[in-house]
Amino acid sequence: MSNLDIILQQLANGLILGSFYALVALGYTMVYGIIKLLNFAHGDLYMVGGFVGFLILSAISGLLGESWTAIVCSMVLSMLAVGLLGVIIQRVAYRPMLKAPRLSILITALAVSMILSNGVMAITDGEYLAFNTDLGYDGLGFGNVFVSYTQLALVVSACLLMVSLTFFVNKTLYGKAMRAIAIDQDACKLMGINVNRIIALTFFIGSSLAAAAGVMAGVYYGSLHFSMGFVIGLKAFTAAVIGGIGSIPGAMLGGLLLGLLEAFGTQIPFIGSEWKDVFSFGLLILLLILKPTGILGKTEIERM
Amino acid sequence: MGSPDTSMVTDWANWLQQQRNRMVVLMVMAALAMLIPLVANNYMLEVLTNAWFYTILCLGLNIVVGYAGLLDLGYAAFFAVGAYTTGILTSKFGINFWLTIPAAVACSMLAGIIIGGPTLRLRSDYLAIVTLGFGEIVRIIARNLEITGGASGLIGIDRPSFFGIELSQGIHFYYVFLLLAILACFVSYRLQNSRLGRAWQYVREDEDAAEAMGINRVGVKLYAYVIGAMFGGVAGCFFAAKMTAISPETFTFAQSVLILLGVVLGGMGKIPGVIVGAFALVLFPEVFRGLGSMRMLIFGIVMLIIMLYRPEGIWPRGKS
Repeated sequence: MSNLDIILQQLANGLILGSFYALVALGYTMVYGIIKLLNFAHGDLYMVGGFVGFLILSAISGLLGESWTAIVCSMVLSMLAVGLLGVIIQRVAYRPMLKAPRLSILITALAVSMILSNGVMAITDGEYLAFNTDLGYDGLGFGNVFVSYTQLALVVSACLLMVSLTFFVNKTLYGKAMRAIAIDQDACKLMGINVNRIIALTFFIGSSLAAAAGVMAGVYYGSLHFSMGFVIGLKAFTAAVIGGIGSIPGAMLGGLLLGLLEAFGTQIPFIGSEWKDVFSFGLLILLLILKPTGILGKTEIERM
Repeated sequence: MGSPDTSMVTDWANWLQQQRNRMVVLMVMAALAMLIPLVANNYMLEVLTNAWFYTILCLGLNIVVGYAGLLDLGYAAFFAVGAYTTGILTSKFGINFWLTIPAAVACSMLAGIIIGGPTLRLRSDYLAIVTLGFGEIVRIIARNLEITGGASGLIGIDRPSFFGIELSQGIHFYYVFLLLAILACFVSYRLQNSRLGRAWQYVREDEDAAEAMGINRVGVKLYAYVIGAMFGGVAGCFFAAKMTAISPETFTFAQSVLILLGVVLGGMGKIPGVIVGAFALVLFPEVFRGLGSMRMLIFGIVMLIIMLYRPEGIWPRGKS
């Protein structure tokens, strides 16, 4: 393979990885933007989304087979289910804590994350589950660069989700309410916005995007494990910070950038793939130190 | 939460508040802790040693989380730095165990400064995620470097000897960790009421007001970080000596969470509470052996319930 081929192939890999990160980062950034909560359980919602999608797919594969129709169905159902789970978590664990000190709510989020990941571990006995699909390995070849149809479809559907989210946030009344709450919650209450309902809606959307990413990851990697939410949660947070936490286009941009950085980072000599995580966590730490507002974030004057 | 139960605990805590009563209880407990090895079997001894070991770690993290109010999700990293420093120095360079302690303390303090120095200016939730990332980085580095023995870890770490007695049996390490735990309690207690301790409390309750009163916010937090790291480093040193083998999988995120749970369970910022928390952490899975892999799930649920209904922890704060 020539150098150009390697670059193009890594570009493709990076974009696929990046679209997963972007979808998960969106949930982080939306929740953070609206109630300033770092939802540690978000990565686990991605993982739960993958498993729910797997369950639904195995339930309906008798009817629809294991092709795209069935996968799309299970993805949509999984998004709904995990979205509801996100709302329940918000209602049970986070809402009573909103006025509590910052430390307490962070520990609560950590506890929720432990419950989700260890709950799934207990159910699956810690085994890997094979996510079977019969999508085949066909694809488009450009010289030595190969992109399978599955990969293409995943990137396209991730883009579709992001476009519809952007439309929702910028053009609908609910989106307007969301943006307003992020600016001033008390003023929104005075203006007659049902703040609790909008917060719940934000959790629903964020969680269902994570679930979509979870199902896509299942299709892409072909296996699921209870611990897969931990690293991606951390990576998605990195992506959200790169783009500027609280900013929706920022999360998308950050996700894609992080995916590309990782894909190319593993090509640097002497840095094998075993250092991939060190690379992105190190990047996160550097970024938080040098430019905590990210690329598209607003400078925050208030300090907590 | 049942109210009669709560009032009983409160009564007891009030009784303990009186200086003389507290001394009596402390003496009885110290005597008990000293004498238990005479009647305990090997299994009990091992469990109790482990409990004292977690007491040290929890007290160290308590300085960061309980006193200064900073969430540290990578505490296992400091413990790892201590353990690996001792491990490498004794097994690869043949240096006497006791001489490695200052080195381990210095390394873990340095790690505390490296991670704390630049990040303590950030918002507290950013700090949490940075410490989490740092914890993972340390573990991955330990797994991939040659000097740390890679994924299989280090073996053949020397057992220390103390005035000619080789510390090799369970009972030796019981007393070593008991002594260290007492030392950790003493240091924590002295710090709590020191000038620095009061500054931590102030920063925890209201950062801006503290700064307006002339407290160096970042400096004070850094102290908490470095002192906490030191506790972890020392615990790591003796851990390496006791186990004679360490591997990167001891220092996972789950380990950091476990230590944090000990602090939260008993009540953040209170020494007796933290000790109770550490013991609960170690004894619970031993008592309920059948739970197996459900252990962390139950810990998670307990942590959530505590945060929602009893953020003060098991041991309520005495009236001040």
